[in-house]
Amino acid sequence: MTGLDPLRLTAREAKRLLVDGEVSSAELTKVYLDQIAAVEHKVRAFILVTPDNAAKYSTKVDREMQAMRGPLAGLPIAVKDNMVTEGVTTTCASKILANYQPVYTATAVRQVWEDHVVMLGKTNLDEFAMGSSTENSAYQVTANPWDLSTVPGGSSGGSAAAVAAGEALWALGSDTGGSIRQPAALCGIVGMKPTYGAVSRYGLIAFASSLDQIGPLTRSVYDCALLLQHLVGRDPRDSTSVEMPEPIALPSAERLDGLRVGVPTEYLAAGIEPGVRARFDETLAHIEELGGTCVEISLPHTEYALPAYYIIAPAEASANLARFDGVRYGFRCADPEDLTDLYERTRGEGFGPEVKRRIMIGTYALSAGYYDAYYGRAQRVRTMVRRDFDKAFAEVDLIASPTTPTVAFKAGSRTADPLAMYVCDICTIPANLAGLPAISIPCGLSDGLPVGFQLIGPAFSENRMLEAAHAIEGAVGFDTAPQFTGPGARPEAEGWTPGEITYRPEDAQS
Amino acid sequence: MNSPSRAWEPVIGLEMHVELDTQTKMFCGCAVTKGDEPNLHTCPVCLAHPGALPVVNRRAVEYAARIALALDCTVQPRNIFHRKNYFYPDLPKAYQISQFDAPLATGGSFEYWVDGELLRCRINRVHMEEDAAKLIHAGGDTGRIAGSDYSMVDFNRGGTPLIEIVTEPDIPSPEAAREFLQQLRNLVVELGVSECNMEEGQIRWDANVSVRPQSSAELGTRTELKNMNSFRFLQQALDAEIPRQIEVLEAGGKIDLETLHFDPDTGTTTPLRSKEEAHDYRYFPEPDLVPLEIDPAWVEELRATQPELPEARVERFMAQYGLSRADAAVIGSAGALAAFYEEVVAAGAGAKPAANWVMGEYLAHLNAAGLEAGHGHVTSERLAKLVKLVEDGTVSTSAGKEVFALMIEERAEPEAVLEQHGLGQISDISELEAIVAEVVAGNPAQVEQYRGGKQQVIGFFVGQVMKASGGRANPQVVNDLLRRALDA
Repeated sequence: MTGLDPLRLTAREAKRLLVDGEVSSAELTKVYLDQIAAVEHKVRAFILVTPDNAAKYSTKVDREMQAMRGPLAGLPIAVKDNMVTEGVTTTCASKILANYQPVYTATAVRQVWEDHVVMLGKTNLDEFAMGSSTENSAYQVTANPWDLSTVPGGSSGGSAAAVAAGEALWALGSDTGGSIRQPAALCGIVGMKPTYGAVSRYGLIAFASSLDQIGPLTRSVYDCALLLQHLVGRDPRDSTSVEMPEPIALPSAERLDGLRVGVPTEYLAAGIEPGVRARFDETLAHIEELGGTCVEISLPHTEYALPAYYIIAPAEASANLARFDGVRYGFRCADPEDLTDLYERTRGEGFGPEVKRRIMIGTYALSAGYYDAYYGRAQRVRTMVRRDFDKAFAEVDLIASPTTPTVAFKAGSRTADPLAMYVCDICTIPANLAGLPAISIPCGLSDGLPVGFQLIGPAFSENRMLEAAHAIEGAVGFDTAPQFTGPGARPEAEGWTPGEITYRPEDAQS
Repeated sequence: MNSPSRAWEPVIGLEMHVELDTQTKMFCGCAVTKGDEPNLHTCPVCLAHPGALPVVNRRAVEYAARIALALDCTVQPRNIFHRKNYFYPDLPKAYQISQFDAPLATGGSFEYWVDGELLRCRINRVHMEEDAAKLIHAGGDTGRIAGSDYSMVDFNRGGTPLIEIVTEPDIPSPEAAREFLQQLRNLVVELGVSECNMEEGQIRWDANVSVRPQSSAELGTRTELKNMNSFRFLQQALDAEIPRQIEVLEAGGKIDLETLHFDPDTGTTTPLRSKEEAHDYRYFPEPDLVPLEIDPAWVEELRATQPELPEARVERFMAQYGLSRADAAVIGSAGALAAFYEEVVAAGAGAKPAANWVMGEYLAHLNAAGLEAGHGHVTSERLAKLVKLVEDGTVSTSAGKEVFALMIEERAEPEAVLEQHGLGQISDISELEAIVAEVVAGNPAQVEQYRGGKQQVIGFFVGQVMKASGGRANPQVVNDLLRRALDA
């Protein structure tokens, strides 16, 4: 036995153990596969676990350590199942992509594969990343390891729960309106959405192209920077990707002297729970103790950000998801009568209710006669939100807010009310609209559940933000090990049949 | 066809699609080819697999900009691609990446000849997009999706760079529409950006047509005509649609804004889809592509390296070869014919006689044989030799035409034809003297008349000598010999 605690082990420490020869990649990988065997039936974080592949590849890394030496070599990772992986089933948690075998690998995943990380499996999400609780998966409902009766957040709920539950050392997620930061906050881990364009979207199954970004979910800020180093970079296959103006540095700051942190009054007005507010205020006090200053600022168009988002994101999604038509790949309805029947039944049977809702909203918002009133106006709001941030960053270095207004809520408690669910992302959405980097770090517990602290920075200020987050993390001293309490009442999603997904254990990573 | 009433005038606008001859597709690296095994040239991008993203083909932008410049358009420094949304199996993303309110180029014009008259048509815009895949409907006898047993999709063509050229409604007649298209096609071919092969659908077009009272400034309601894959069908379709509209209007009816399908078998137009089925394409800016910034310096570089265009060449032919505008237009409008002509001149033929031969016998031969200029059965070198033989009097003009026909038939050099068929002009004095003597001796009455002062009788004698020589006598030499004999 290695005696390693997967609930607390950081990638930084795991890497040291590997480099010092104290543990092999195969042993390290086994720690996580054992933890998956022990808790996955309660957490249900993975749509697909690839144990054979992981065991085989980690052994290969050990054998060829000299050739495969690299900053991430041998470290196991979980990947959100909306990034395509050649030879490994990718479903996007949708029935419409059941059994879909990608013919290529997403750039971000390929980059970490080339660094010889070991993939443990593909994690659950809200179908097509549309949701804030991971309850919209067509396959399973993921539980929050802190209290199994609550949701892990979403849409990267599988990745966040897997890391929190010690089923993965770290994970990749994607963030369109908070889909990395919100689940990271609810699961008590670190999650970061980089500047729009910093990480290639090639191979990320698109939800809303102008908002989507891939980013890390990790157990520490240092780990976040370490993984981000290997994700960023201009990709010739993604026209919206750019080169970072400076490389990502590994953070070491313990002080925040001279740092000016702005606290937008509009974010605190948005129905923040008292327990969340208390942890947030304590964290602001830590910032001051570390030498930083906190000032009130105003982002006056905040209240319009959420409605604008719920026009722009569905509008883009309505086109992005049109390719799932049953013609070339994925699910196709049985015995279509004609072309229209093929389209209608394939999409009617293949998509879940939230996806259909957003396709309809988006289609409506773009239709003749409504475009200017909805999409056009939402784009103008987006510009105003961006300008709010530009003005604010003339005064402050970073902006701080709670990541979410509440801690993790009970599974099933908001599924009947889409608007209550949409409000989960009220503090995270503006950064997506403005394309800014933002990070969520745990800042304590409220009623035994983690609270997230969010920092938003100017475009490409990742290094500044990681340094600050690192110093705050040190002052907070959060223990990342969850308790796995609660009855674990997880109603299975309608239509989910275990074993419906077939896995081809081809050597995707050979 | 009823001839259109004099009280009405048609107004025609055209929308042309041209596939560009780039090596790779508009948004991915797959090869653009013709005739390959189906679905060979595909990838995650052009099959619209999940997560795949488009990247703009720089060469396609260059080719599109070259067309825009040739049409005197302004190439816009900031281009935006839009998504045009509709479901069809030949469109794998279920949206076409096209351009909408920020196209590549706007506001140009094109001048073209109709019956010796130069007309000008304003160009509204030139924009870039991607072609759809090819559908093959099998079983049934409709050839369309409705009524077929099943359909197959060949994605090789899907994603081929396509440009759309939209004119203003400036074209005054079906004939002008045909001329416009033919001459525009020539232009695009000369730019070297598309072969515009019509059988392979590399150039396709729709026509918008309306009629209005003569010299009215207002436009009537238009209909859109589709399925005209030949220049002839375009003219036929317009010739059918214009009287139909006039008839409807004269009967007090009104024209519906609709899309019509032209059936070449019946020569009639029928509605393709009603207004109720009209698409709402829900255009919006393509978020996967950043706005395309076009450097004005790059545009100037393209402008400086444009190949010679027909209009400029016509001017040059007038100045350099002394041709009339009409002749220069016939020879200089199409690149291949112009190149052939210049080869004939370069091989030593006189510019004007060469022009007459190229416009006359050579074009007639191409038309008869259905061949492209430069691919006829007479090389420029051989034609130049023939022209020179006629110029120096070795062959008469009329015999020269016979030689030309035989050169084609026998694929032979003109000298070989002359020798074999005895078609050379007789300039040999002694041979001609004998014939002249014979003619003079055989027509004493006319000799009497001539000597009595009726000089014009000389024409009669020349005719007789030519007849006796089988048309091969050199008329100038005959004239001299006759005068010498008669004046003696």
